Amino acid sequence: MGAELALIYYSSKSGNTERFVTRLGWPAARIPIDADAPLPDQGDPFVLICPTYADGEGRGAVPKQVIRFLNDPARREKLVGVIGTGNRNFGATYAMSGRIIADKCKVPLLCSFELAGTDTDIARIREGLTKLGKTLCSTAT
Amino acid sequence: MKDMPQTKIPRAINWNRLDDDKDLEVWNRLTVNFWLPEKVPLSNDIPSWATLTDHEKELTIRVFTGLTLLDTIQNTVGAPSLMPDAVTPHEEAVLTNIAFMEAVHARSYSSIFSTLCSTKEIDEAFRWSDENPHLQAKAKAILDTYAPGNDPLKRKIASVFLESFLFYSGFYLPMYWSSRAKLTNTADLIRLIIRDEAVHGYYIGYKFQLGYEQLDEARQQELKDYAFNLMFELYGIENQYTEELYDQIGLTEDVKVFLHYNANKALQNLGFEALFPPEVSEVNPAILAALSPDSENHDFFSGSGSSYVIGKAVATEDEDWDF
Ligand SMILES: Cc1cc2nc3c(=O)[nH]c(=O)nc-3n(C[C@H](O)[C@H](O)[C@H](O)COP(=O)(O)O)c2cc1C
Ligand SMILES: [Fe+2]
Ligand SMILES: [Fe+2]
Repeated sequence: MGAELALIYYSSKSGNTERFVTRLGWPAARIPIDADAPLPDQGDPFVLICPTYADGEGRGAVPKQVIRFLNDPARREKLVGVIGTGNRNFGATYAMSGRIIADKCKVPLLCSFELAGTDTDIARIREGLTKLGKTLCSTAT
Repeated sequence: MKDMPQTKIPRAINWNRLDDDKDLEVWNRLTVNFWLPEKVPLSNDIPSWATLTDHEKELTIRVFTGLTLLDTIQNTVGAPSLMPDAVTPHEEAVLTNIAFMEAVHARSYSSIFSTLCSTKEIDEAFRWSDENPHLQAKAKAILDTYAPGNDPLKRKIASVFLESFLFYSGFYLPMYWSSRAKLTNTADLIRLIIRDEAVHGYYIGYKFQLGYEQLDEARQQELKDYAFNLMFELYGIENQYTEELYDQIGLTEDVKVFLHYNANKALQNLGFEALFPPEVSEVNPAILAALSPDSENHDFFSGSGSSYVIGKAVATEDEDWDF
């Protein structure tokens, strides 16, 4: 088995995504909130979890720090999939950041979840990441 | 001492110096969300309204008067009661926006009524809401917490429960009608309210978390116990309210699942873990789709998982991503 699939996430001060990742128990690095802070290094293939912060029309859905992170082609090349998060009560822009990143970076949208996720979300994402890690391992050989 | 509030020296608010950038982020979202009921073509629902049975009509009007009561409370008492506890001047400004939108919400139910119903039906429903014991019980439980001199963080707990939990026994019905292609313009208006409540619950919950983080463990435990106890109390009332409203139409069990799902989300807004297990919180997919139409995600993890193809990333130039 090669290296485990890495996980990178953004979480603002409300901390929903942070609480999700803690419960998930998968090794993960956080994109910092502070615009001057150094971004995590990414050498391995990774999945990105990104909350949505849109205006009413869907503009600005992807947080600026995530844009900053993805603006480096070397990092983008290692992105294998994205998970969008949000709150269904936002209607048509629910978890829109995931769809935008998937389109833009031509990677699959793996799934979406609300706020800090449910136990069902934890189980299916853990399983999905494990499977995806194995698939990538076998395609890499 | 406690009853003698200190006169605050008024200071001009400077939006170019923020103590908490969430205040501006939320202010911006709330102001772009601004809407009025006149924007929604409610009268297009008149033919659809005519297809409902008398009982379905009565149920719908009652549900909307119940929602009107909650918005009235949040407009006149809830949001204003949070203002003295604000920790930044910008938070106070955000709360004035929230308070005003609650008035718009409360007002918009009357627009629905005047478009679809007779004066007699409307008056009957308001009388019902004044007298309904479950509705009055939930109003009282919340208002007791909002009372002056009460713990500011407990007030925020009650406020988040109102915003993110108590509305949903009512919101269920227009989402249900919409899933059956009925009252779809009314549902559009309700979705605007639901979107506002999502920001309100988020923001008040976030401010709760900031206060909570500063406390020692004993105080944190006390507040957490308070939150879960209040949730149990409100949940008990909501169960009875739901049975009284939805038994006859046969939707009670479906609504209760929706209550569990929303109770969990309300607790998450406060930074707490969910209370109800997934088995009893998996909402009818038709209702979920009615909440967020056109947001359907192709879910790779639910698929076979064997079809992963590494795409050729188009060279994304920095300017592609508009800051
Ligand atoms: C200003 C603002 C705008 C938001 N816009 C959306 C949105 O358009 N769609 C959505 O699904 N969620 C939206 N959300 C909800 C957040 O994505 C959600 O609460 C998420 O869990 C936040 O993650 P975090 O706490 O880790 O930052 C918004 C939240 C805020 C505060
Ligand atoms: Fe409201
Ligand atoms: Fe509200």
